[in-house]
Amino acid sequence: MASTEIARQAGEGARGVPLSGHVGFDSMPDQLVNKSVNHGFCFNILCVGETGLGKSTLMDTLFNTKFEGEPTQHNQPGVTLKSNTYELQESNVRLKLTVVNTVGFGDQINKEDSYKSIVEFIDAQFEAYLQEELKIKRTLHSYHDTRIHACLYFIAPTGHSLKSLDLVTMKKLDSKVNIIPIIAKSDAISKSELAKFKIKITSELVSNGVQIYQFPTDDESVAEINSTMNSHLPFAVVGSTEEVKIGNKMVKARQYPWGTVQVENETHCDFVKLREMLIRVNMEDLREQTHTRHYELYRRCKLEEMGFKDTDPDSKPFSLQETYEAKRNEFMGELQKKEEEMRQMFVQRVKEKEAELKEAEKELHEKFDRLKKLHQDEKKKLEEKKKSLDDEVNTFKQKKTAAELLQNQAQQAGGSTTLKRDKERKN
Amino acid sequence: MSEATKPQPQAKGEKTPISDTSYVGIDAILEQMRRKAMKQGFEFNVMVVGQSGLGKSTLMNTLFKSKVSRKSVQPNVEERIPKTVEIKSVSHDVEEKGVRMKLTVIDTPGFGDQINNENCWQPIMKFINDQYETYLQEEININRKKRIPDTRVHCCIYFIPPTGHCLRPLDVEFMRHLSKVVNIVPVIAKADTLTLEERDSFKKTIREELRANGIDVYPQKEFDEDAEDRMINDKIREMIPFAVVGSDQEYQVNGKRILGRKTKWGTIEVENIAHCEFAYLRDLLIRTHMQNIKDITCSIHYETYRVRRLNESNILFTSNPPDHPAPATPQPNGVAAHRSSVE
Repeated sequence: MASTEIARQAGEGARGVPLSGHVGFDSMPDQLVNKSVNHGFCFNILCVGETGLGKSTLMDTLFNTKFEGEPTQHNQPGVTLKSNTYELQESNVRLKLTVVNTVGFGDQINKEDSYKSIVEFIDAQFEAYLQEELKIKRTLHSYHDTRIHACLYFIAPTGHSLKSLDLVTMKKLDSKVNIIPIIAKSDAISKSELAKFKIKITSELVSNGVQIYQFPTDDESVAEINSTMNSHLPFAVVGSTEEVKIGNKMVKARQYPWGTVQVENETHCDFVKLREMLIRVNMEDLREQTHTRHYELYRRCKLEEMGFKDTDPDSKPFSLQETYEAKRNEFMGELQKKEEEMRQMFVQRVKEKEAELKEAEKELHEKFDRLKKLHQDEKKKLEEKKKSLDDEVNTFKQKKTAAELLQNQAQQAGGSTTLKRDKERKN
Repeated sequence: MSEATKPQPQAKGEKTPISDTSYVGIDAILEQMRRKAMKQGFEFNVMVVGQSGLGKSTLMNTLFKSKVSRKSVQPNVEERIPKTVEIKSVSHDVEEKGVRMKLTVIDTPGFGDQINNENCWQPIMKFINDQYETYLQEEININRKKRIPDTRVHCCIYFIPPTGHCLRPLDVEFMRHLSKVVNIVPVIAKADTLTLEERDSFKKTIREELRANGIDVYPQKEFDEDAEDRMINDKIREMIPFAVVGSDQEYQVNGKRILGRKTKWGTIEVENIAHCEFAYLRDLLIRTHMQNIKDITCSIHYETYRVRRLNESNILFTSNPPDHPAPATPQPNGVAAHRSSVE
């Protein structure tokens, strides 16, 4: 039998060798990109914010299409999340965009539990991916990734500071999703107030320890633009799908009696910055952060919670197998117990039902007997009546014949008496 | 729900004008992906299998235009035929036009060189499966690395000696066992010993034998994704196995310096497709199908291994192996089985 000898030269830091000619693997990025284009991309955005802050309008403006849905009412009893998936295509890139809206956020009187449904939703997406990853027969490369890549948090343009609901929600979400705070309907704030507002918001976020998404500055080609943008956070945006004629162009704008706010004018609002950062520069990074940071964190917590460990106290690698086995036995035991209980309950119910049915049967029998007896009684009575009637009829008949006989006799006697009378008269 | 934005072709890197009303910028994600890929670099692991003296190391050097073979790394080791099949792997960092690649060449000296070659593919199978196992272990860890180092063998180049007749039983056995776990690319080594007609008939015989034995070499028919792929891959399948000649020495031909082998009756140019099919092999392996090779290894061969492994450990521990995980509990992994076999 042959045995192996594995010799690894130069270890991890492999030696660099110079190439003496064109090999051709510089086409690798192209191959990778082609594969991704054939496969398509997916991107999921979560919009969190109070009703009426212009979330749907902003999405329409960002992606230049009219997404469906009417404005929600303000009387929702709780926060629900509605998600819609759209297929967009630009040149040869197909994007599966999912927009998740929080319906009814901030509308209740008691807002303590508002953040819970959002956190549950995000966790559910992670859970679905984790389940897929842990399956034995899995199809990861064709799996429709529903994990939230970016969360746009809409801040109401009060001009003062963040609301406590905002702080609480953002604190709960910052370890689960990339948060990008934006000031909605920012045409309601003047420029000077805006600057103060932004500073106040940033300082409040920092002092409360909320980690918002920072655009990555480690890649030289985008480091500069990203670091400038980082200083402009949170973006003050205005959304509009209506077009107004300015000069000789049609631009997206909101028209007021005192002027027009152009959406894509950088001096009017930060919409262009948001679009640059969200879509054109950092979309891939957002997806990567979601996968490598937030998802890994969720996965680690979930598996540890279930009792799996990488190494046990003796620092020997703990077998997931053994832990799983123990848990599995536990689970099977519980299952069996439940099965027994259910079986017993079933048997009991059957018995009860049987007893009931027997009762009913007995009753029916009794009823039948009673009815039969009644019927017999009736019959007897009727027969008696009939008999008596017959007797009467017979007696009547007898009387009748007797009466007729008498009458006949009487007639004869009468005839004879008339004769006798005639005779007497003659004499 | 399907909506389409009006396409606006924009050159990469150009700043979009602010008044552009219908361009969203989704296709900028391609550029972002490219940037990320360039930053991360790529990994590629090739294994060469064949009898000694078939020119494996030379071919590797020719393919990657640098001294990547095992022999170049240990130049002073005397060439001896090892008594058993050894597996030696060497890693190199190469860069071309800003694209960095970690290339690992895995050599198998001793394969097919003994008198009794029974089961000489087993060490190789074990090595390949060990790489899958390492990757699997890392993947199921709770605290796992951001980028799991990929040591899985992406491609195995099998060298067929240029007998001109047919495949030997050893070749058939090896390829039959290994085509199920790794992408095999068979090549006819030292093809300058065959004339063109001999080469064609040899190739035909080889293809017949492969088909008769049910051996599916790369590009596998069942993994063709669409009609376009199938067309391209069919053309390649008609040329398999490639008849190659390797050389790392340059000669002057027609005023140019090219790689070749100089003999008394002429110079064989390695990159001339009229002389040998090295260029096709290089294009397949590196320029057009490298990503595809990695994908097939990653999503098909590795997944097959994973399914088998997880099912195995299921059977080992319980009497009725389930196929799907119980609700909210993950499936077992085969650490214990592996450990027990090692201990």
